[in-house]
Amino acid sequence: MRLVTHNMMSSNIKGVANGFPLLIEAAQVVEKEVDFNADFLKNIFARIEWKALVEASKTMGYSELLDNVESSMLDSEEFLRKFHHALLEIHLEEGALVCPETGRKFPITKGIPNMLLHEDECTVFVLTGHDLYHSCGTPGVLKALSIAVY
Amino acid sequence: MWYLCVFFHRLLEYRKTEFESLAGLFEGRDGAVTLEWRLPEDHHPDSPFHFVNLPSEELARNIANRSILVKGIYELWGEGRNFEELEEAIKSYPDDRKLPYLKPDTTFRITVETFGKAISFHEQNDRLQKLAFVPFKGRVNLRNPGHKFCLMDNDDYGSSNGLPPVVQRRIFFGREIGASDRKILQTYQLKSRKYLGPTAMDAEMAFLMANQAQVKPGKLVYDPFVGTGSILIAAAHFGAMTMGADIDIRVVRDGRGPDCNIWSNFKQYGLPMPLSLLRADNNLPPWRSGLKEVFDAIICDPPYGVRAGGRKSGGRKLLKGVIGPYTVPDDKRSNHIPSTAAYSLVECVHDLLDLAAKMLVMGGRLVYFYPVLREDDSAEPTFPEHPCFELTAKCEQILSYRYSRVLLTMVKVAPYTEDIELAARVKHLDFKENHLKWLEDGNLHSAVFSPSDVKINGSGEKCSSKPKYRGKYV
Repeated sequence: MRLVTHNMMSSNIKGVANGFPLLIEAAQVVEKEVDFNADFLKNIFARIEWKALVEASKTMGYSELLDNVESSMLDSEEFLRKFHHALLEIHLEEGALVCPETGRKFPITKGIPNMLLHEDECTVFVLTGHDLYHSCGTPGVLKALSIAVY
Repeated sequence: MWYLCVFFHRLLEYRKTEFESLAGLFEGRDGAVTLEWRLPEDHHPDSPFHFVNLPSEELARNIANRSILVKGIYELWGEGRNFEELEEAIKSYPDDRKLPYLKPDTTFRITVETFGKAISFHEQNDRLQKLAFVPFKGRVNLRNPGHKFCLMDNDDYGSSNGLPPVVQRRIFFGREIGASDRKILQTYQLKSRKYLGPTAMDAEMAFLMANQAQVKPGKLVYDPFVGTGSILIAAAHFGAMTMGADIDIRVVRDGRGPDCNIWSNFKQYGLPMPLSLLRADNNLPPWRSGLKEVFDAIICDPPYGVRAGGRKSGGRKLLKGVIGPYTVPDDKRSNHIPSTAAYSLVECVHDLLDLAAKMLVMGGRLVYFYPVLREDDSAEPTFPEHPCFELTAKCEQILSYRYSRVLLTMVKVAPYTEDIELAARVKHLDFKENHLKWLEDGNLHSAVFSPSDVKINGSGEKCSSKPKYRGKYV
């Protein structure tokens, strides 16, 4: 698993309000060279939660990323190289991702994170007005129900 | 300018849509592109010969070279019902268009093609001789010519080429602008691929899907049902960054050993490895809530429940209502293997559209197969709709007498709003609550595999009137 994947995922266990970022338990970290593509990096930069990437790369033993960045830095080759390395070239081969709220571990073996939830971690209970209200998070349920269901 | 476009005579509905998607790709347009098309005189709509109006020769070359189904795009020098008419047409074609390609210091090759019949070397030679009036000054080079010409013919030989009888013979002569490189299909053919699954996507179709998705270098492509990676391989071939997820961990993680898995498939072709492979459920994807507009294209072949059925998390017996809610004991948690429940096609497609609406960039493309029962020929099937998407292409591929699959191409035209997200969540809970009902309603398996006498019920006539021909208009 590369850090780009880590940056996109959160713990989606039932009841967890803030499952991002997942903590990293690194048992085996490897580096693999990847072709540099500046356009890709510039495109994805705006989608990256920078703080989470900095923290994650430190956990993986890479501390060259600056804490504060802005999009103007994308013109700097040096910055892009570091961003590229942290985002794409550091792999977590063995270890786990840990939910920051519940401590549930999502194991990573052979580089593949296993994000499947256990039966009791999914929302499987009968729909009630109360559930509906809370699962939607806003009182606009009636409005939502009136939207054409596709 | 009008060009002669000759297609391979296969996957008829895919030909023009691939062409138009590629036109959009090279012109930098996301949305649907509609080109001007014209048929040669007396030709059937399924004919491989078409005229197309394109703004530049460069665009024509780019489209042809990237395409899978374009046999060649030609600058037409002349056409006619017989060789006399052809000669007259070529002679009256402007010299300033012809002479640059006939100069003494050039090399050239002429191929003779016929549609629906193979002709002997002798006959080919006879036809070539009839072009003696064209003032070729260059040298012949068959292997690596500077200019390629083609003499094409759709004579009615009394043989069947799958189309209605030819009304009138038509001969074309033109200079080749570009042609599909079908050698890649041999390189990527499934039979020489190391790691295969039961529903691995055929190489030709995977490339067509990548073209429909307008894949190009630097773009990020996601497949939520990655399986053995057969669709992402085509996307990676065209330079995209790839990501894939699957609910079956054996497929994504283990494969059939250290040298026979998804990674080894990419290695086999020297392609860059996927950015990410993970085990995740399309029904409850692990993407963080603030993440959106990150993928440029989502390409996939969802499980329709015919050859392979979908699974989702939530517990097999739990969702069926056989047992009540339970908690996994703490001491069993770390190595617990959760059971998965059946995932109906309707729900699967709902989740796919919701995911795509959220995660695709504006103008991004969702390309996926949707199965359709061929019960009622008169009724046009209805396809999934979504407020964020515009359906730009639908191409049918008939799989059996009972059902076919349609490749749908949808472009994201509106942003994902809170209202849409809310409605999707309500629907998500409805699918959970009425798990069994949705499974029954969306059961394609029985419709495809049930014995026919039960279904036809005395109206055997209707079945035999189903078109056996793979085109739509015959």
